[in-house]
Amino acid sequence: MSGQQGKGEEERVPMWQLFYDNIFLLLALGVAIPVVFYTLWGVMELVNLPVWPK
Amino acid sequence: MSVPTAFRTCPTTGLKVHLPAENLIKANAVVAVVFFLIGVAMALLVAMTRWPAVHLLGDEFFYRALTAHGINMLIFWIIFFEIAVLYFASAILLNSRLAAPKLGWLAFALMLAGSGLVDVMIALGKADVMMTSYVPLKAHPLFYLGMILFAVGALVGTSLFFATLVIARRDRTYEGSLPLVVFGAATAAIIAVVTIAHGAIIYIPTMLWSMGIIEHIDASTYRILWWGLGHPSQQINVAAMIAIWYLLGALTVGAKPINEKLCRTAFVLYILFINLASAHHLLVDPGVSSTWKIWNTSYAMYLAVLASMIHGMTVPASIEVAQRRKGYTKGLFEWLKKAPWGNPSFAALTLSIVIFGFIGGITGVTFGTEQINIISHNTLRIPGHFHATVVGGTTLAFMGVTYYVLPLIFRRQVVAQALAKIQPYLFGVGIVMVSLGMTFAGSYGISRRHWDITFAGATLQPAVDPTVYLLLGIMGIGAILAVLGALLYILITVGTVLAGKKTG
Amino acid sequence: MSITVPERVWWKPLDKGEKLWVAIALTWCLVMFIMMPLWHLQGKQNAPSETYRVSADQFEKAAAAFITQYRVGEEQGVPVVAPPSGSDIYLVARMWSWEPVLKLEKGKTYRLHLSSVDLQHGMTIYPMNINFQVLPGYDYVLTITPTEKGEYHLICNEFCGIGHHLMVGKILVV
Repeated sequence: MSGQQGKGEEERVPMWQLFYDNIFLLLALGVAIPVVFYTLWGVMELVNLPVWPK
Repeated sequence: MSVPTAFRTCPTTGLKVHLPAENLIKANAVVAVVFFLIGVAMALLVAMTRWPAVHLLGDEFFYRALTAHGINMLIFWIIFFEIAVLYFASAILLNSRLAAPKLGWLAFALMLAGSGLVDVMIALGKADVMMTSYVPLKAHPLFYLGMILFAVGALVGTSLFFATLVIARRDRTYEGSLPLVVFGAATAAIIAVVTIAHGAIIYIPTMLWSMGIIEHIDASTYRILWWGLGHPSQQINVAAMIAIWYLLGALTVGAKPINEKLCRTAFVLYILFINLASAHHLLVDPGVSSTWKIWNTSYAMYLAVLASMIHGMTVPASIEVAQRRKGYTKGLFEWLKKAPWGNPSFAALTLSIVIFGFIGGITGVTFGTEQINIISHNTLRIPGHFHATVVGGTTLAFMGVTYYVLPLIFRRQVVAQALAKIQPYLFGVGIVMVSLGMTFAGSYGISRRHWDITFAGATLQPAVDPTVYLLLGIMGIGAILAVLGALLYILITVGTVLAGKKTG
Repeated sequence: MSITVPERVWWKPLDKGEKLWVAIALTWCLVMFIMMPLWHLQGKQNAPSETYRVSADQFEKAAAAFITQYRVGEEQGVPVVAPPSGSDIYLVARMWSWEPVLKLEKGKTYRLHLSSVDLQHGMTIYPMNINFQVLPGYDYVLTITPTEKGEYHLICNEFCGIGHHLMVGKILVV
């Protein structure tokens, strides 16, 4: 990350800022969270529905 | 590395403008406006049919026009414009070249072919299925193919955005973190990936089913997957709109984000949690459990709502700070009184914030709770809500930014400035009337997507509360105002592109 | 400016006003989140989740047997059915009708089985404005207790083809 470069005595870039700057990590999380909680969980519930009792 | 002649320097902003990127931005923006025009024409027909005093179209044409209105507005107009925004935010704002412009043209061609195919199928009456095309309602296979082509094109365009970020960092066209507006555009692009992935998962099997290759598509599974496309596509709009709020704040009054950490945190909360909201659409569905519904419709503890509350504070606050810096410091509100209300972009920005926040946001969050959803699901309250978000919010913000795109990208002076000044107000007032008319009519149980609220010809005859006619009249008059505002926008835009005085 | 790169380190503390606003907003969000399950557990009107997979054939057969058993009359060609309280009752959605007309007693509880035998439909109890999605392949069991006497219409709230606006049914509460 180029944000870390610069003069040695400069203040260090905080971890959170590095995390926010990592667009591809955010992309991975942004896809994974809805896919797990919304899509997969939802489809699993449909798959496991009981069938008509009679 | 690209050759230096591929760039020009913008005399106003000093930005280095990559010419192939500029051409792609122009093409996508122009086509967006063409689809907007189709959408506006359909809007008038739909509204004039739902206004009982007019009841313009017959049933068949009403449902066809409604299908076309939804798809052209919510998908084609908005996504073409958003692709232009993504190219602008990556290549232009980062002073970079756009990755693989040839692929950009391929994306453009795919999106154009797809959207054209969809519109032709709708016009031919082969796809009277509404925007949602809920199975087992069936359209012609070419309708689904059109949607797939459009989605693939949009995915290619989105990938170019990400690739351009990589190139800009590698070529060191900027140092440190992305500008906030680019970060907002990246949020939109990430949400777009979620959207398009769900689109591919659901439209491909549905097309095969429509061709007779697959026998059965489960109705509930379709709804989960389709809404994994349907609602996130609107969350792209939210993120893009807010990126544009920050952009317009900077362009109109020179606003600076008051705290980068806060603004960016709000975007990160969108990325992580906003897409859970798709479950709103299934709150009164069989199949999925209450636990799933509650967790997802709360956006995992309302964290995405928190994000909107943050933007709702930071954008106006940054405008206030910028105004006060200019010396408008008398009392609490001099900064607001002395704001550039005659600048159509500023007017559009302010109206967009107010309409999105106070009408769209509040209706959205409340309708997304189980108990209120029971009394709002599939009623006119729902289109009442999203006309405040995606039209009063996103479309108005896009209109606002257009008044800067025209001089900066098309390098033409905006024509008919006097009309441009009133355009956002006309459109804004119209759409507020549409939204409120629909929302309140919906609270009387009036369905959305319904040709005849008098149920003429039905064997059983429910009585309709007379208040509904008044409310739908307000909607109808508002629709006429909004359509006039929209036509004005189209005329000004087209007039400027064709006949505006060249600048720079 | 929001269109230029920020300073090298922008991860800076919020000022007082910002902290206050975030605290207010976050508190409100958490209150809403806590209320969601509370309303679900304590509220008197919630969407249930009891659902079974069913074929159109199975559902139509069960509904036909139910109609024959409790039929008390006919309205506009649609059978009127008066089932005993506590029983399983059936409502079939199809293009473009609701069958049968249900005659229910105020204050009694029923298990309403709701399904479609063709396209997706939506049930609006009108003008009370209660809405549910009705899907083919799914038997949605709503436990209902009518609280007010009167005639309620059922209208379809999901587009289901050209006759969608003609799809009207009825529930009588006596």
